Amino acid sequence: MTPDLECVDLVKRFGDTTAVNNVSFTVPPGSFFSILGPSGCGKTTIMRMIAGFLDPTSGDIRIKGGSVLDTPPNKRPVNMVFQHLALFPMMTIAENIGYGLRRRGMPKPEIARKVDEALDRIGLPGIGARKVDELSGGQKQRVAIARCMVLEPDVLLLDEPLGALDLKLREHMKVELKSLQAAFDTTFVYITHDQSEALVMSDQIAVMSNGQFEQVGKGQDLYYRPETPFVAGFIGESNRWKGRIERVEGDALQLRTDSGLAMRATGAGLAQGARAEIFVRPESIRLAASADALSGFDNQLTGTVTSLLFNGAASRVLVQDDVGETLEVTLPQSGEFSSLQRGDAVHIGWGAGQATCFGAA
Amino acid sequence: MRSQSRITFYLLLTPLVLWLGLLIIIPHIDMLLISLRERISFGVYETSLAQYEKALTEPLYLRTFWRTAVMSVLATALTLLIAFPVSYYIAKMAKGRLQQVLFLLCLIPFYVSELVRTFGWMILLRETGFVSSLLQWVGLADRPVEMLYTDATMMVGLVYTSMLFMVVPLVTTLESLDDSVIEAGYDLGGSGLSVLREIIIPHAMPGIVSGCIVVFMLSLGNYLTPTMLGGKDSLWFTEMIYNQFIVRSNWELGAAFGFMLLVLSSVIVWGMLWLTGRTLKETMG
Repeated sequence: MTPDLECVDLVKRFGDTTAVNNVSFTVPPGSFFSILGPSGCGKTTIMRMIAGFLDPTSGDIRIKGGSVLDTPPNKRPVNMVFQHLALFPMMTIAENIGYGLRRRGMPKPEIARKVDEALDRIGLPGIGARKVDELSGGQKQRVAIARCMVLEPDVLLLDEPLGALDLKLREHMKVELKSLQAAFDTTFVYITHDQSEALVMSDQIAVMSNGQFEQVGKGQDLYYRPETPFVAGFIGESNRWKGRIERVEGDALQLRTDSGLAMRATGAGLAQGARAEIFVRPESIRLAASADALSGFDNQLTGTVTSLLFNGAASRVLVQDDVGETLEVTLPQSGEFSSLQRGDAVHIGWGAGQATCFGAA
Repeated sequence: MRSQSRITFYLLLTPLVLWLGLLIIIPHIDMLLISLRERISFGVYETSLAQYEKALTEPLYLRTFWRTAVMSVLATALTLLIAFPVSYYIAKMAKGRLQQVLFLLCLIPFYVSELVRTFGWMILLRETGFVSSLLQWVGLADRPVEMLYTDATMMVGLVYTSMLFMVVPLVTTLESLDDSVIEAGYDLGGSGLSVLREIIIPHAMPGIVSGCIVVFMLSLGNYLTPTMLGGKDSLWFTEMIYNQFIVRSNWELGAAFGFMLLVLSSVIVWGMLWLTGRTLKETMG
């Protein structure tokens, strides 16, 4: 099957700086593809090249198999939902949605019918005569998507469209965007710096850093099986140490951190004596009152609670072990530890499989 | 406390009331009264509409009146046509320092007085002036060319004088247009022309209207430029007012002319607002 969007060896340089460095990816039809990365990593540059507002220095962009490099933005079968939505404030909602159809020279009655259809689809029937500034943030969001979707583009680009919304609405819109994508059955390419948006909505996520893709995969792959230290550190949160490998048995490693904490971990292609970076997620560390409960774990420690970081379901405790290393551990909300206090002695443990190791310089 | 804030309010209001009252309202009422009287004999006046009758029946007066109106509208339209691309470039295409420098360049001519600027045009365009010499040197003309004292020259002067007053409101409104709105226009299939017509111009409308109003009033009330650059056929209405008041000492007719000009500018400004479907409040506030 021809992919809806294909970027081949895409490079963009601005003067001496390389904003996008040799990026290649394909997006299969009907999928939700996210590009996730910190601000300034080049993700918006990729999007603007796909939309046609920037010309790549080299490489090719193909939509449904055909190169679009020589197609100007107003002729590309790609539409974009802008970061601040960019609805036309001088027009009504119906005029906004009908804008692209008018440009195509569609007869008026048909435009009116399509606009009504689109408004029904986004769950806002009958608001066509209203002005843009009479809508709430979430409604504007949906209108911005409808304005693109009436044109039935091959690919819809979304540039951090949830950035301007407040937290509650953002959570709600994540679910809504995903269902809109399913309803329109169109390929979405979504750009964000918010990993939770990418993880919740996407079929495929590309993690980007410094103009390059670090890893492309499903959310689960990125979370459970990060391929680079950047991905391990960027997706979710981690306790991270640097250390030296003492023993290697296949993928199983025995190592010691610079502060002297010995632990078992997994990592491929690492030799004895090599420097390594170790990542352990707070939520994969088990907290227990007695050592017996942790007998199944490869790594076991005792320590004292130095701090409680209460944040509802995402609450953490900081545990300091005997060698003085501080670990962040997720505090289970099952009631067991509701009386935990600063200074209490606790046991913690985690499996070698949960400690991911990468070679470090 | 309450009475104190009242005193502050009246104190702050006083300059405005004095300015409006002494310089606008009282002189205009007096002018209206002067325009409504007729001199019967030495020191004897009678209330009548004779001045207006004279102004509206005398072909020279009437012709000058309409010519001034039409030429002012034309000057406003030309200024808008020239200023719009300039403003668009300054507001949307020039970045950083260049933007500031260009804006300053628009302002610099106003460092010298209007009189000196108009003389500048005369030096450039007279028979022995720079442009004439250049044309001869290049070989496009075989003898000195006189470019002064025509309607076209006067129009150049009017447009030049008004430029800044069109550029400033246009740059301000165009700058407030988010770049991504223009990009969205292209992204959804618009061509350059349709983006200009459907997005940029509607957004810039408040700036266009307020710029046009200011430029139109400046052109209509201009005295120097038409007098110095215009030819013997390019009589401007303000010159006629000046003539009646100063040369002929006919204050009655001069006052009537003044009121006709006031009515004309009001009618055209309101007409402009009505045509563009805007209220004065929207445009100025």
